[in-house]
Amino acid sequence: MPLLSRRRFLEGLIATGVASWLPAWCKTASAQPIQILSGTEFTLTIAETPVNFTGATRTATTINGSIPAPTLHWREGDTVTLTVVNQLKETTSIHWHGLILPYDMDGAPGISFNGIAPGTGFTYRFKVQQSGTYWYHSHSGMQEQTGMYGSIIIAPAQETLQAERDYIIQLSDWTDENPLAVFAKLKKQSDYYNFNQPTALDFFRDVANQGLAKAFEQRKMWNEMRMSMTDLADISAYTYTYLLNGKTATDHWTGLFKAGEQVRLRFINSAAQTFFDVRIPGLKMTIVHADGQAVEPVTVDEFRIGLAETFDVIVTPEHDVYTIFAQSMDRSGFVCAALATRIGLKAEIPALDKPEPLTMLDMMGHGKAIAHHAKTEYGASVDMRVDNPRTNLDDPGIGLRNNGRRVLTYADLHSLSGVITDNRPPEREIELHLTGNMERYSWSIDGVEFSESTPIHFRYGERLRVIFVNDTMMTHPMHLHGMWSDLENAEGQVQVRKHVVVVQPAQRIAFRVTADAKGYWPWHCHLFYHMHGGMFRVVVVA
Amino acid sequence: MIASGMRQQTDNIFREVIDCHIPDSETENDNLSLSFCRKICRNEDFRIIAKSLLLVCLTAPFTQVQAGPDPMEGMDHSKMLHGNMAPGSQDSLVPSSSFTPETPIHQHDHAAHNAANPTSKNARDPNAYSDGYGFDPAIVHSHKEEHNLAAVLVDRLEGLGTDTQSLLTYDWQAWYGKTYDRVVFRAEGNIDKGQFTEARNELLWGHALTAYWDTQLGVRYDTGQGSDRGWFAIGVQGLAPFWLYIEATAYVGEQGRIAFRFEGEYDLLITQRLILQPRIEANIYSQRDLSRGVSDGLSDFESGLRLRYEIRREFAPYIGLEWSTSHDVNSIANTSTEAVRWVAGLHFWF
Repeated sequence: MPLLSRRRFLEGLIATGVASWLPAWCKTASAQPIQILSGTEFTLTIAETPVNFTGATRTATTINGSIPAPTLHWREGDTVTLTVVNQLKETTSIHWHGLILPYDMDGAPGISFNGIAPGTGFTYRFKVQQSGTYWYHSHSGMQEQTGMYGSIIIAPAQETLQAERDYIIQLSDWTDENPLAVFAKLKKQSDYYNFNQPTALDFFRDVANQGLAKAFEQRKMWNEMRMSMTDLADISAYTYTYLLNGKTATDHWTGLFKAGEQVRLRFINSAAQTFFDVRIPGLKMTIVHADGQAVEPVTVDEFRIGLAETFDVIVTPEHDVYTIFAQSMDRSGFVCAALATRIGLKAEIPALDKPEPLTMLDMMGHGKAIAHHAKTEYGASVDMRVDNPRTNLDDPGIGLRNNGRRVLTYADLHSLSGVITDNRPPEREIELHLTGNMERYSWSIDGVEFSESTPIHFRYGERLRVIFVNDTMMTHPMHLHGMWSDLENAEGQVQVRKHVVVVQPAQRIAFRVTADAKGYWPWHCHLFYHMHGGMFRVVVVA
Repeated sequence: MIASGMRQQTDNIFREVIDCHIPDSETENDNLSLSFCRKICRNEDFRIIAKSLLLVCLTAPFTQVQAGPDPMEGMDHSKMLHGNMAPGSQDSLVPSSSFTPETPIHQHDHAAHNAANPTSKNARDPNAYSDGYGFDPAIVHSHKEEHNLAAVLVDRLEGLGTDTQSLLTYDWQAWYGKTYDRVVFRAEGNIDKGQFTEARNELLWGHALTAYWDTQLGVRYDTGQGSDRGWFAIGVQGLAPFWLYIEATAYVGEQGRIAFRFEGEYDLLITQRLILQPRIEANIYSQRDLSRGVSDGLSDFESGLRLRYEIRREFAPYIGLEWSTSHDVNSIANTSTEAVRWVAGLHFWF
């Protein structure tokens, strides 16, 4: 197979007239291949573009012809105007993820506006009230999975972080399959993409190692309850090709530095269905921002980045070359890139970690908290309920526990003072349970899929506590549009400001929300196929 | 310690399966079916009735959807609400008079199960947070859970060989619908030298009763050798603990014939793609049916062991062995014929 065929075609670029954006094969080795648009007025054109990540040409939906879409540079305090032109045959939209803005600029079709019909345009205009690393993506149909995502960097009024280099590291997943076909397969056989299931051979190996009683006991409860201890990700590298800044592991994106320079890496997880565990062997990473907001610096070897989360890290590389290694949570695949002093250098690529089966902790919680289930959790839509969820935040999650590396947990994240300004105690609590039925591949909140749900009312101006209890064995990145989620620690004290809150299996997590944004707002799991499976609600602030 | 809710659910499955509890909203159709059942007396009527019921079963899940003010059906995104809301105008954010949270659209499905479940007595009202706010019928986000899907699963398409005969056997089902209500077609039969020697065709309405079990209600029609037979069918299909796949269906047919069919399968993974599947099937009849070669009591019992290799998840050739016992319908004494046969076939779905 000629090398060229592995790379993207970007014929769409010529059509959209982006002259400054050279074809990818000219830029493979360049340091910053993502197009950057800055200023206050932008035109973004949505169109179909042929791409080739796997050796087969497929049609992607792109913004200005590229995957990822151009990086948008804004300045805090500016009013930006973005005209989105839809050249697709279907309705489209762009959602500005994590941005505080009027609800009718939020870009969720059917909730905040009509969507952008084929052949038409829509102009977004809003004041930029924050700074940091964010991203934008389609909120229509299957377009987020097929390439519609880009990054946003908002320069603060006063920059306090000094770094000689500044790179976006945007992670994503690509499938050559039609996303609708992927969804249909999961509906028909929910373990379709899981090739890490316990087998009879594993059982005999365990019997040999641990004895019959222990091996049997380990499996008995899972099988009795028809739960899979290896359901770590619904979709694996069997169909996914993981991308970093739109490049596969083979294409190997490279970021340049000079020894001793401080390099700021802005990690964004723009995948549809993949949690990534990220590390740079040989290099400590200091987390300085989470979800665009400043946190007390914490130095780690590795972090798990949930869907739609962003982490800004500072690294100070000394050697010539390092590998940025991002493996999927189910350990079925990875993507990697180089941090190097010159083009063409590559460091050793670590082996994938061994996948770790879920534990009884992930199923039962074994916590002291008491969950209050909804009536609707006792029907066909829910396959398990956790009565006593765990509340600790210091668990890095399945596959990262006790791996010998210093791994980031939510307990490590503390907003810098001044980030969270609303210090009122919560006036009331809303408890919601993240529920699902893996076998039917249906996902819900309180056992109710979106299509059967009623909106959740936040009283305008109130400060409230939201409690999520995860009644499933999957990790759910929950995203509330339009308002911050101020995560509390287990003692009920506000700890860190987020726009995505990752809730681990059998975990209870609480956060505060200031309902200061009138309108209708989506609230959903950012796992794309869970959102489409029904784990979605609308919040009305009035 | 198992979470009490889960244990409760496991315990309840069998109770609910036995009760064959159907949500209240379906009773109208059920009453219709029952009154049809009572009237069954003559064969010719029966087939006409069977065809009518088949239509009722087919349309039942859909007519209910149409009857309610369902906000999720047939939404046109170009007609969504907020077109008339100027940016920044929040005045229209008032509780919608056309919506009351007391009448959520599909809640009855769940509510029906709750009634029997003591653990849910103090459970939260999932609509309590809405404070009366609703969606305007025109605002609905499109999600794939709302779409109908179709599937065809050919569990067995296989050649059976013995010393005296060679048969082609098929066993497949197809469904169309959403997550909780589906139209299910099931068929199983034998083809010998191009002729259907035995064919069971079922058209069912499958309804999700619990997390792992569907109830099935519909009709069955047997063709092939002898007289054709029509039946009403009621049963369950789903996963029992330890991932046992079960189909258990009772049938009421002409002249008061009653039948029961049970099928169980288990997938034992040897590797990620090599799967050993033990399978049993039993057919029990209340009356002998000479023309179809069916005895009363346990008419036939099959147990098989199939080893398949999933080239893809959707496409798996297999080989196997099948032991079958069928009672001899013509002998007065209770004799039976036993046979062991090699099978080779394909398991596939799309």
